[in-house]
Amino acid sequence: MTPVILFCALAWFALGGIGMLWGRRDVTRVVVYGGTLAVAGIALLAAFFQLGLGDAPVPTLVLPLGLPWLGMNFHLDDLAAVFLIITNLGAAAASLYAIGYGRHEHEPWRILPFYPVFIAAMNLVIVAADAYDFLVFWELMSLASWALVMAHHNQQETRRAGVTYLLMADAGTLALLLAFGLLAGAHGHYDFAAMQAAHPSPAVGAVVMVLVLIGAGSKAGLVPLHVWLPRAHPAAPSQVSALMSGVMTKVAIYAFIRIVFDLAGPVAWWWGLVVLIAGGVTAVLGVLYALMEDDIKTILAYSTIENVGLIFVGLGLALAFKADGMVVAAALALTAALFHALNHMLFKSTLFFGAGAIQHATGTRDLSKLGGLIRRMQISAVPMLIAAMAIAALPPLNGFASEWLLLQAILLSPALPQFGLKLAVPAVGALVALSAAFAAACFVRFFGIAYLGRPRSGAAAAAHETDVFSRGAMIGLAALCIAAGVLPGLVVDLLAPVTQSLLGAHVPSQRGLSWLTIIPVSASRSSYDPLLIFIFIAVSGSLAALALHRFGSRVIRRAPFWGCGFRGLEEASAPDRAIGTQYSPSGLAQPIRRVFASVVFRARDDVVFRARDDEMMPASGRPVPTSFVSRWIDPAWGLFYTPMVALIGQIADRANRLQFLSIRRYLGFVFAALVALLAWNALWG
Amino acid sequence: MGLIVPLFLQFAQMALVLAAAPLLTGFVRVLKARLQRRAGPPLLQMYRDIAKLTVKDVIVATDSSWLFRTAPYLIFATTWVAAALVPSFGTNMLFSWSGDLIVIVALLGTARFFQMLAALDIGTAFGGIGVSREAMFASLAEPAMLMIVFTVALVAGSSQLSDISNFMHSGAAGLRLSLALGLVALVIVAIAETGRFPVDNPATHLELTMVHEAMVLEYSGRHLALIELAHALKLLLYISLIACIFAPLGIAPPGAALPALVLGLVTYGVKLAAGAILLAGFETTIAKMRVFRVPNFVGAALMLALLGTLLLFVSATL
Repeated sequence: MTPVILFCALAWFALGGIGMLWGRRDVTRVVVYGGTLAVAGIALLAAFFQLGLGDAPVPTLVLPLGLPWLGMNFHLDDLAAVFLIITNLGAAAASLYAIGYGRHEHEPWRILPFYPVFIAAMNLVIVAADAYDFLVFWELMSLASWALVMAHHNQQETRRAGVTYLLMADAGTLALLLAFGLLAGAHGHYDFAAMQAAHPSPAVGAVVMVLVLIGAGSKAGLVPLHVWLPRAHPAAPSQVSALMSGVMTKVAIYAFIRIVFDLAGPVAWWWGLVVLIAGGVTAVLGVLYALMEDDIKTILAYSTIENVGLIFVGLGLALAFKADGMVVAAALALTAALFHALNHMLFKSTLFFGAGAIQHATGTRDLSKLGGLIRRMQISAVPMLIAAMAIAALPPLNGFASEWLLLQAILLSPALPQFGLKLAVPAVGALVALSAAFAAACFVRFFGIAYLGRPRSGAAAAAHETDVFSRGAMIGLAALCIAAGVLPGLVVDLLAPVTQSLLGAHVPSQRGLSWLTIIPVSASRSSYDPLLIFIFIAVSGSLAALALHRFGSRVIRRAPFWGCGFRGLEEASAPDRAIGTQYSPSGLAQPIRRVFASVVFRARDDVVFRARDDEMMPASGRPVPTSFVSRWIDPAWGLFYTPMVALIGQIADRANRLQFLSIRRYLGFVFAALVALLAWNALWG
Repeated sequence: MGLIVPLFLQFAQMALVLAAAPLLTGFVRVLKARLQRRAGPPLLQMYRDIAKLTVKDVIVATDSSWLFRTAPYLIFATTWVAAALVPSFGTNMLFSWSGDLIVIVALLGTARFFQMLAALDIGTAFGGIGVSREAMFASLAEPAMLMIVFTVALVAGSSQLSDISNFMHSGAAGLRLSLALGLVALVIVAIAETGRFPVDNPATHLELTMVHEAMVLEYSGRHLALIELAHALKLLLYISLIACIFAPLGIAPPGAALPALVLGLVTYGVKLAAGAILLAGFETTIAKMRVFRVPNFVGAALMLALLGTLLLFVSATL
């Protein structure tokens, strides 16, 4: 199936060419997005077909391109197939959405050439089977997505996001480059098959792991390498935001799994510890940011950071189990991580599509100006509600299924022998639990403020429903959220070959269990049957409705809400009139901000009196205009980036002196270098 | 025959929790009133309230959406399913394997999610104040509950509630420090989650103190009946949960004959009554906390439960 993916990539490049040549015509949008959708569909089928083939060995395809002695190696194994499914499902949905949503783009020629290339690059990263290819396509993926982020380059904010993104992407690629260099060894075996065969020493493996954690982690958004993500993801057009958050972070996770599980040789137990802690901290901090943020797309970007953290917790557990030879438990943790990666693509894409629809319908991304959209956007509100429930990890939807598997893996971890892990795993378990609770609060806030209640501005009151393609994409993904949530056994079985090939074990087959239950370890430990729970909820809810409507009253009357007897408020309750007495998004998050964010984020709420521009209370009887200011900082900047920038500045200043030396000194340096090299050669050469 | 008896028992349990929940809440109210030297409502008042509410018209706020009208059914259904998954008079009911303790906690989370959304749907400040406070409490109570789940699941080697209950009943657990920590934490979580003193006042209608009541303020008629019933079910669920883990005495083992089932039923009634007496006594002797003191209270539960789990990771015998 490898050639199919390569032909798909060629087709995407061709579509990019069409977008470049005729980007100004309206029909090009339909051709490019429609074509991308069709090609993504073919690639998706190819990936499913590959996964269905079973254990048959897949030949590596070598093209006479790239490095002359190496060629371009492509290989499609089960791990690649699973990530191709995630990528192309997300790409297909985003393309369908973009057929409708792209109509509103003012300068489509800034997007159309790069969009198919971005998707092609992500596919090629996944099928690449040598380091050279991998890095070329990785960089192509970064650059194409950077170009897409810069589509609205005339906004100052976007340009700043672009610079940050470019810097972080290049730093990440550099880390990956060094990791591959170490893996290739002195003889330069750049193809993955040779890397697998050569067992790197533990020290090399450890350095590779740390470098990959930095390289792939910066792309995926691990704290503290996340700073670019909440700026760049929201700045792009919504279909690209969905791809970046839903799919590109998964390609980064693919890179981590490929290198650390497949290429880096035997695993040491502390790798798991490092990855676990990074994941747990990322999950909690990511969702806390999301809870305090007011911009709908930035909320979603921060929530991506949280979900990446959860996936890394799964990966860290899998590494710890693998190091201690508990392969079945490792398979469970890896299955949970992969399942969550798929789930996150499904619901995060839906949410970004919905956010794009809101942005177009109201002209704002500010949560505090929205409200009541469920009445104006009746159809698209439903998939948004489902996606919000799924991301909040509520049964019987898919987000809960993968988190449940993750918790089951944590329950297996007391058997780990190392004390570092024994102490860290429960703490990380608590962090996972905290992040799940915060995620529920975050998406109550997101959905409740944007879609429910009453409009907070005229623009929200005049919002309109989005187009049919957008709705189709959202409904399709939301339906998959329900399907994967109610029938998780199918997904777990789909992932079994991956864990089998990477770890030599897999979660017991879920096929043939009664009522499609999932039993990850054994029936005496735990089981979960979302189908049955779903049926129970549906039946008991409808029974209650039937009984009440049969034996009780059926009347529904409408009246103004209770405003404590304040006439003006109650009379203002005419439909779709904007009112400001509801809770604002920052007001809603205030208790959580105060309890959880006052230390790490130094969150402060101040009332500023404009007349004196300070926080002093004016004398009584003299009213002054006041405003409420809620401030919080991202500690990653102060702790990490500002010192780093200062350090680099200092080093640059020192190095600057080298430019102003006399010719004697330069010659002296040359001579000293020559002597040093000759001495090295004489002693160790 | 092979399937009919388990099926009957399962449905009997579902009916039992539904029928007993208002009685339990009524009993707590009567006890509290007596302890405060009030006459108080009759024991069966809550049944009358629900009967009255079902025949009354529903009045909804002018521009609340369909979600406001659907939410009560979902809240009721998820809470009922969760309550039916907790062993009451016997363990290993026919469908008990369809969800473990984590699922039960998450189902209550689903109910809370819809409760909070419905509160935001009316568009008043009351809904917002209830939601913001509930979100703060839940963000500590839910992780605490999960850590309690970890503690008991690690002790019993299973996260299935029936298996945990059977294990505790067998006496193999013995006296353990981690379980003691878990019990204290579970009691705190139960108080916070069911909206009792000192976290919330179930009888208040004062704006400054409301949490749960603020969220359901706009509900009326059959919707309110469902929400009240769900609230009563939640109280029953938590008392049953504490009973079946920490006091499984008399609970009918799997495949028990009629006498064992009757014994299980009687002891279950006694346990519920004992729980109600303890709750009423506790609520009478304590004052409500300031809202921002509650995180310390519930946070203590989180720390205790985390400590319990940590102990079990360090040594399986603690």
